[in-house]
Amino acid sequence: MINYIFKRILYAIPILIGVNLLTFTLFFVVNSPDEVARLHLGNKRVTQEQIQSWNEQRGYNFPLFFNQSETGLNVIKKTIFYEKSVKLFYFDFGISDSGRDIKYDIKQRMWPSLAIALPSLLVGLMINITFALFFVFFRATKVDYIGVIFCVALMSISSLFYIIGGQYLISKLLQLVPISGYAQGVDAIKFLILPVFISVIYGIGSGTRWYRSLFLEEIEKDYVKTAKSKGLSEVSVLFNHVFKNALIPILTGVVVILPLLFLGSLIVESFFGIPGLGSYTIDAIQSQDFAIVRAMVFLGTILYIFGLILTDISYTLVDPRVRLK
Amino acid sequence: MINDLKNIFLLSIFLFGCSDNPLNSPYSDNNSSQNILYSSFQERPKHLDPVRSYSSNEYAFLAQIYEPLFQYHYLKKPYELIPLTATKLPEVQYLDSNFKVTKKVKNARYSKYILNIKKGILYQNHPAFFKEKSKYLYHSLELDDLKNINTLSDFKKSSTRELMSDDYIYQIKRLADNLNHSPISGVMQEYIYGFTEYKEQLSKLNNISGEKRVSYLKNNKMLGIKKIDDFSFSIILKKPYPQFVYWLAMPFFAPMPWEADLFYSQQQLKKKNITLNWYPVGTGPFMLTENNPNLRMVLKRNSNFRGEVYPSLKDKIKNKKMYSENKEKVIPFIDEAIFSLEKEQIPRWNKFLQGYYDNSGIASDNYDQAVSLNSSGDITLTEELKEKGIHLSMATAASTYYIGFNMLDGTVGGKSNRAKYLRQAITLAIDYEEYISIFANGRGIVAQSPIPPGIFGYQDGIKKYNKTIYSFKNKRIVKKNIEKAKILMEKAGYPNGINQKNGKPLILYFEATGSGADTYSFLNWLRKQFKKINIQLVTRVTDYNRFQEKMINGTGQIFQWGWNADYPDPENFLFLLYSKNGKVKYSGENASNYDSKEFDKLFIKMKNMRNSIEREKIIDQMLSIIQEDCPWIWGWHPKSFSLSHGWVENVESNLMANNTLKYKKIKLNSRNKNIKSWNKANFTLLYILAFLIFLLILSVFFMVRKKDREKIYD
Amino acid sequence: MFVFLLTDIFFYIIIFSIGLYIFYVRKTKDILETWKHVFRSRTGIISIVVLSFFLLIAILDSIHIKEKIYNEQTESFSYESEIKSVLDIILLPTYKNYEKSYSSPFSSNLYSKETIILENNIERRVYPKLLYKGNHNKYASDNTANILLTFIISLLKYFFVFSIFYLFFYFRIIFKSKNNIFIPFKLNKVFLMTLSIIVILSIFLYELSLQYYVLGTDKVGVDVLYKSIKSIRTGILIGTLTTIVMLPFAIFLGIFAGYIGGFVDDVIQYIYTTLNSIPSVLLIASAILMLQVYMANNPLNFENIYERADLRLFFLCMILGLTSWTGLCRLLRGESMKLREVEYVQASKTFGLNRFSIIVRHIMPNIMHIVIITIVLDFSALVLAEAVLSYVNIGVDPTTYSWGNMINAARLEMSKEPIVWWSLFSAFTFMFILVLFANLFSDVVRDAFDPRSNKNYE
Repeated sequence: MINYIFKRILYAIPILIGVNLLTFTLFFVVNSPDEVARLHLGNKRVTQEQIQSWNEQRGYNFPLFFNQSETGLNVIKKTIFYEKSVKLFYFDFGISDSGRDIKYDIKQRMWPSLAIALPSLLVGLMINITFALFFVFFRATKVDYIGVIFCVALMSISSLFYIIGGQYLISKLLQLVPISGYAQGVDAIKFLILPVFISVIYGIGSGTRWYRSLFLEEIEKDYVKTAKSKGLSEVSVLFNHVFKNALIPILTGVVVILPLLFLGSLIVESFFGIPGLGSYTIDAIQSQDFAIVRAMVFLGTILYIFGLILTDISYTLVDPRVRLK
Repeated sequence: MINDLKNIFLLSIFLFGCSDNPLNSPYSDNNSSQNILYSSFQERPKHLDPVRSYSSNEYAFLAQIYEPLFQYHYLKKPYELIPLTATKLPEVQYLDSNFKVTKKVKNARYSKYILNIKKGILYQNHPAFFKEKSKYLYHSLELDDLKNINTLSDFKKSSTRELMSDDYIYQIKRLADNLNHSPISGVMQEYIYGFTEYKEQLSKLNNISGEKRVSYLKNNKMLGIKKIDDFSFSIILKKPYPQFVYWLAMPFFAPMPWEADLFYSQQQLKKKNITLNWYPVGTGPFMLTENNPNLRMVLKRNSNFRGEVYPSLKDKIKNKKMYSENKEKVIPFIDEAIFSLEKEQIPRWNKFLQGYYDNSGIASDNYDQAVSLNSSGDITLTEELKEKGIHLSMATAASTYYIGFNMLDGTVGGKSNRAKYLRQAITLAIDYEEYISIFANGRGIVAQSPIPPGIFGYQDGIKKYNKTIYSFKNKRIVKKNIEKAKILMEKAGYPNGINQKNGKPLILYFEATGSGADTYSFLNWLRKQFKKINIQLVTRVTDYNRFQEKMINGTGQIFQWGWNADYPDPENFLFLLYSKNGKVKYSGENASNYDSKEFDKLFIKMKNMRNSIEREKIIDQMLSIIQEDCPWIWGWHPKSFSLSHGWVENVESNLMANNTLKYKKIKLNSRNKNIKSWNKANFTLLYILAFLIFLLILSVFFMVRKKDREKIYD
Repeated sequence: MFVFLLTDIFFYIIIFSIGLYIFYVRKTKDILETWKHVFRSRTGIISIVVLSFFLLIAILDSIHIKEKIYNEQTESFSYESEIKSVLDIILLPTYKNYEKSYSSPFSSNLYSKETIILENNIERRVYPKLLYKGNHNKYASDNTANILLTFIISLLKYFFVFSIFYLFFYFRIIFKSKNNIFIPFKLNKVFLMTLSIIVILSIFLYELSLQYYVLGTDKVGVDVLYKSIKSIRTGILIGTLTTIVMLPFAIFLGIFAGYIGGFVDDVIQYIYTTLNSIPSVLLIASAILMLQVYMANNPLNFENIYERADLRLFFLCMILGLTSWTGLCRLLRGESMKLREVEYVQASKTFGLNRFSIIVRHIMPNIMHIVIITIVLDFSALVLAEAVLSYVNIGVDPTTYSWGNMINAARLEMSKEPIVWWSLFSAFTFMFILVLFANLFSDVVRDAFDPRSNKNYE
């Protein structure tokens, strides 16, 4: 098992290198740092001199791959590629184009993201599975048919509408929760209710349908038919056999996205003014802070790969028949 | 699912319901009894280092903390400078070429400012000042010292020091330091004697940083700046420049203690985002105690602040009661100000209406809800807001938005009559009155020239107006007919928008920035305007980066830009058309690259004059030149409306003064009462939902049971 | 003069390939059977009709022309720089004039008060009347009555048109079997019903929008209904073009990886795992930022706003395609690996068929169902994605009509008081209809094509 995990981690390295090269090409070969500098120095009275020293401070003045003017290792080290890309591998994200330390900001901002994403995931999971079981119980009846149509309808609404509508109704008309904002500690609850609620509602359509199809797949299997023929009640078959066995794909599906929860939700966070990584990314995109976007791409990739490894491990834990090689 | 929500709700009611705070309050309960002002900020400030900062959203914080030598009188209009930390307004001497004092303006080669500061002004408490056994405790921090330190307040010990003239001198030297990227270092180079040389010396030392750089700045003198004693110093300018005193009132010239600069220059602290850019150190009435630009910024009263008396108008008193109450009272009145980050307009406006923000601007989309015209044509608040006791204050900003023509362009630029007529035709065709009513809800004034109202030389559009576009009819000035523009087009050689020479339709290009929701509407509108005289307008939308690059290379054709006054003097607007400020040639601020010898001559003459009838005459002459030439389409000057709740007192609109927080006062009782009555949670829907869910669960239960039984009996 | 925008050309290719596919299906028996399954389902037929209607609008909106103008002075012809589509020409009477600013649906006034200077120099604050619509009732002065009458007239028009078509197409049947003229109706009731409803609605809306702003006007006074209809093309293009871009990659790389295996497999797997590992929003954002830079660098290539906007739309599709081909590629790789081991493939190998013909003859037809399912499934997700991307400002060009841009603008309108709800409402309705029917269609298609799907329970 440990061997396997080790292998998986080794396998992740070339992928990370690939991602790194890709982002490097996107951000430096295409876009010259001069333009970035001008953007961040503001718009009143900017001189070429200032741009140069801005670039110097952030290490954007180096050549891309080889620095001919240096000697020894510095030929490679004093380059944009080394400074901006290789350093990511030991989690040195550097400073953002607006001058803040990125690692510090990421550490601060991942918790609010998690505070929204985790409850949304758990509550959503519960509700979706309940609905799915309900529809499966009534499969091939009107209830199921209407339910599926209802799910499709819910799925067809853009997430933006859920957010705009929810905020308008619950915060503005009913004045039940603050419209936006965030606080540390227990105070955060009142700010989290609405975004979590909206995320859950948004997920119902696709989630319920997905779990429903998982259960239906399971219900067709022979052992279920056997159990039924033994005269077990439908409810107990559903819970004891179908649900239990479908847990494996459900669990692994959840595990794979667990690490990504840290990244947060882009639009929910920015609508509700929650200082998480999602709104951090949006801000970076909108202010064209390439350093942050680059760091987030790398971080996102790492978390994704980490999720995959976790999934494999959880397979073995849940289902002892699976052996990792 | 909604059942779960209900549970969470009940839980939250349990958690928060015990307090009197409304459910939707974005603040914690114990705040309601404290003297706190609540406000919002839209974008996180990029720089809080006075050497860098150059935008109003940063000044909202900075100006409360740092104190330059002078400030604007809060109540007086037209704007007037008064001493802040200085004892009096500066003495200005003219020096001849041998640095001897001379009375004759003719001989004046240099000018000298002698500045005196008050004694006994203390800095806020700050770890950088703390000494233990006459050694600074926190000036050489090691990694181990910083284990438990995440923000500045985690440093346990702090101390203060008296303000001295050295601090002002040190800051001027910092302006010259390239590594600080001061936006005004280019301008100061032109004026302060010895600034350029100092800058060059420093730029040779780019690899020196930290302690060494600080001690270099401390120990090396700038030629034009002389310390007289601990509380006075002098600055020599390369030429007479009466506007310099306005610069001295800006945060760029705030005092900077070298201890703080040294403290913040430590590498270890930078890793924790503890830098001068984020944690200011000042002598002002407030200090920044919580700096979380992702969430909120908190300013607290500086306990070392010397106290200041609320200003009064000796001659003119508008509202006697208001001023008599505050007279002789020591400011600041509030203990704390909490600024919350609020990027989206909808939440900001709603929270203001709910009473959670004490003040707010009015975005154009809320305008109708907020403001209406009464029968006599004055702008007042709507009934809805009046009922809430909200105040409106209005002022025209000292800024201008314009559409510029690139004078280097082959089609619209140049000195030929053809191009001039074309520009005039376009200027006539663009209906800025309509623009203001659509995009700014009437919150603006059509510009006659670059000079906005409130600035000397402003043309009000009644007695003096732009004769190229307007004519006088029926006791009003009226915009000239669009037919006039079409005639001009013909004169320019583009009848009906067709180029006479090659028979092709005339296509012009507009460089647009921004990708906001409004950009699209604006571009659509602009195309409509050009279409009136049959010009096809092609809009090219790029990001701000590219836009600036185009401006610098002079490849754009028509563009929109704006300018905010640095100080209330016409020179600060007319220099935008001075040829030596050309964007392409001199990378100055003259983005349209306008170049007129006549204008330049008058500009040099006008620049150093004091406001007088003679100066006004020259300005009028200059304006008529540019109004004829039309290097810009004179756009509009925005009016700024701001709203504040009835419980906020001493609200005056003063667009030059930034350090206004100290004047504000809050009636706590009235605020608490109103917030409570405005924010009653409405549970009806929740109850209905709960009932429905209950029904649903019940019916599901019976359905399942029924079906299950059927299955068994099958 | 016809103008071909880049996306137009690709859209024609899509239409052409759909045509080809239909032709191919008609000749292939078992696939025809599967499709018949789709047509037999009520949901299937309704969604096909609705989607075809949307598609028709998109096609009409993708045929672009430039109008000729005659210059009297030079006595020569030149072309307008503005590009119109056939749809624009059809709708011209409904949208050619615009008001000053907001007005609510069916309203006769602007939405906000304005100062008007009366003759005697008195200023007054009033709701100005709309200039072009809302005050020109055709049939009755009362609005409700007028709308009702308009509806009746559209119904009549429909029946008139319908009977002409009916007579034209079916007169032979009528003459042959005199006893029953209702035979054509029996062909497919659901089909006819859906089609009728759509046609009646369109006529009704058209008639209405000659007299009213049915969905109000936006900030600069443009008819919101027109904007929503123009957005259909953008939505459909994003949904379909993206697939076209990704399809060749996914199919060929997937099959090569699965069928050839070995080193090729490793390389292809590496490429798609790498791309797949990057969170797609971030990848899209990075690529769009890059694109903006490129377009700004080469302004001369994109003089025309239409071309600029069009190119950005095209690139958006490309980028979305690049981020979404990986899933399909993985599926195809797995399927081809399975197929490689199947007996008849092995048999043809021993017969000496070369790899290429095996792939074309045996593998391609057998993975087509996966491709089709993926295309229909992705469609709705892509339409929804456009809105979100536009919200983040990395979507289509701000001058392009799109639901995402409308929602983005509506954010500001929501805080207006009284609330300006109609832009959001129309974007919502149009998007919802398209996505809903696309989702329903994809369900039916999946059930028909996917051997594993739970047909029995639907």
